[in-house]
Amino acid sequence: MKYVDEFRDAALARNLAAKIAAEVQPQRRYHFMEFCGGHTHAIARYGLAELLPASVRMIHGPGCPVCVLPIGRIDQAIHLALERGAIVCTYGDTLRVPASGGLSMMKAKARGADIRMVYSAADALKVARANPVREVVFFAIGFETTTPPTALVLRQAKAEGLKNFSVLCCHVLTPAAITHILQGPGVGPAGDVPLDGFIGPAHVSIVIGYAPYVPFALGYQKPVVISGFEPLDVMQSILMLVRQVNEGRAEVENEFTRAVSADGNRAAQAVMDEVFEHREVFEWRGLGEVPDSALRIRPAYAEFDAEVRFGLCYQGVPDHKQCACGEILRGRKVPTDCKLFGTVCTPENPMGSCMVSSEGACAAHYAYGRFRDIPVVAA
Amino acid sequence: MSMKKHYQRPLDFKTGRIDMNHGAGGRASAQLISELFAPAFDNPFLRQGNDGAQLPAPPAGHALVMATDAHVISPLFFPGGDIGCLSVHGTVNDVAMLGAVPLYLSASFIIEEGFALADLRRIVESMAAAAREAGVPIVTGDTKVVEQGKGDGVFISTTGVGALPPGRQIGGALARAGDVVLVSGSIGDHGVAVLSQRESLAFETAIESDTAALHTLVAALLAAVPEGSVRTLRDPTRGGLATTLNEIAAQSGVGVLLDEAAIPMKPQVAAACELLGLDALYIANEGKLIAIVAPEVAEAALAALRAHPLGRDAACIGVVQADEHQFVQMKTALGGMRVVDWLAGEPLPRIC
Ligand code: SF4
Repeated sequence: MKYVDEFRDAALARNLAAKIAAEVQPQRRYHFMEFCGGHTHAIARYGLAELLPASVRMIHGPGCPVCVLPIGRIDQAIHLALERGAIVCTYGDTLRVPASGGLSMMKAKARGADIRMVYSAADALKVARANPVREVVFFAIGFETTTPPTALVLRQAKAEGLKNFSVLCCHVLTPAAITHILQGPGVGPAGDVPLDGFIGPAHVSIVIGYAPYVPFALGYQKPVVISGFEPLDVMQSILMLVRQVNEGRAEVENEFTRAVSADGNRAAQAVMDEVFEHREVFEWRGLGEVPDSALRIRPAYAEFDAEVRFGLCYQGVPDHKQCACGEILRGRKVPTDCKLFGTVCTPENPMGSCMVSSEGACAAHYAYGRFRDIPVVAA
Repeated sequence: MSMKKHYQRPLDFKTGRIDMNHGAGGRASAQLISELFAPAFDNPFLRQGNDGAQLPAPPAGHALVMATDAHVISPLFFPGGDIGCLSVHGTVNDVAMLGAVPLYLSASFIIEEGFALADLRRIVESMAAAAREAGVPIVTGDTKVVEQGKGDGVFISTTGVGALPPGRQIGGALARAGDVVLVSGSIGDHGVAVLSQRESLAFETAIESDTAALHTLVAALLAAVPEGSVRTLRDPTRGGLATTLNEIAAQSGVGVLLDEAAIPMKPQVAAACELLGLDALYIANEGKLIAIVAPEVAEAALAALRAHPLGRDAACIGVVQADEHQFVQMKTALGGMRVVDWLAGEPLPRIC
């Protein structure tokens, strides 16, 4: 616990805040995107925005695996449970994501679907072993952090010759999503979307290393700092980004030296590579179709691929017309710019992806930050 | 309820299981009552042996208060307690939070066919011990058995009756700007203790549930300050501290400003929440109370709480403020500000 406390020391935070304030240049504005929902959450939960100078604006990127899960994928999982009688196992916060027809996995459960919350991919395998006469599907979502465990259970299932286990693979890739944003409309040097740098997720880099970020730091001239998830990590990373911008540098820097290396975890990469291959294209909620941005199961593991096993076809489902998620994820809008924010779209009844998980930009602003929109009488 | 013992084989508390007969109202039901419930809960009111209990009226001028609570919990046994003692503490506390003296409890059991008699006995004995320790007898009850698959082991529903002294007014709508928010000890212990036992989650922690009857703590607090200066008492159970404060803010039409650094939390609880991606402010407590008191008695109230074994770690965690939006806000440990919102749905662990 001591370990965590060191990264939440208020005096250190003030110190960092003072440094950032001292180093930002008066004429300049700084727009940094934290790609990962974990950082969005830390910024909101610890009220970090309050500690930053007004000229530093944080943009909440698309890095929440729950938020970017398209409706069509959740529909597939619900279909497997409701129509095909499978036991569908999934991570907890996936349960609330709205699907078509007013359903979510939680609501489907109430209609009799056998959907079970698991805490790890390995637990899904246990469910399969315990229910040999039922089809058990693991609805696998997440970025590079949750991918190796899925790869491991696939390998295990094959080794055991399990006949009733499969994986509906919705794993997505971080670098591809960042590239997509950088290539999006208006982001370039002449564009209207200011993006001066990125905070990269440390847990992803523990797996893939920080080398994959080098091309767009160089190619797009955007500094990247790989950052831990403690509030002081985030503050330190912002300071490092400010310095890079001030000095005209665009490099990949590593704030999280306590665990991240250039190459990441080779063993994890090897098992991922054995089991998965890249999809040509994958739909992201809020961003649309993103090329080369997700994984599917290799033919050698086809019998454990739920899409193959159940002959699933992907059917995209559009979001609410007025939902501004896509533009929020790209930094073009803030949650309060959306007409639906806080009225039609709330955490209890999310319309768009950003409101789904507590790490989404709209949900985070709703839960932690909306007091800033309304003047509150001080004590 | 007497029955010739030698015409009937005694209940097998070693390997026996509940079957549908135990809920059918016949001989097997009577046996369950006479061999398990009646001796465990024994008191003069229960001994009346009727379907209801005849109880003395409270002293003149007192008002009656009543609270009821259904307990469904998985797992049934957890570090520091079980569903039995929990079902007593929960209802005693609901009565006590109104400033009333808890007098009597009723208990209703819904048991799933196949449930082990040994486990049932463990639960009933824990419940009896809790009631005896609290000095609040279980005076009437009921047992039903449901088919296998239609229950989750055991559900226990308890109702409590208490007496409210004349003139005493404590409630969720009475907080006003300037009042001080106290909590009687560390938060999140119960929820984390229960989570640590979930089959799929089993993690090592030394945390035990804080489940406890709080009426003597309430009595000590009320005795230490003038009548009227304790505005609101509430035990932050499901939904935790955050939800409870939002309820109070809405009921009273005020805002609350918390100081994160002042909120007592055990390091193990903080670490477990970190691991699971949960926020301790939303985690259930079963042996803690929030007291909103007038500013001039804050010191005395805090001292009274701390002088009681159940309030040793009591702390002043915030203030009530005028706020038409009824926000619960928090100055974070790092010096930032945030809203502490209502919980949206069930707290679910984040995936990354
Ligand atoms: S408020 Fe809801 S609908 Fe609007 S952008 Fe956010 S998530 Fe989408």
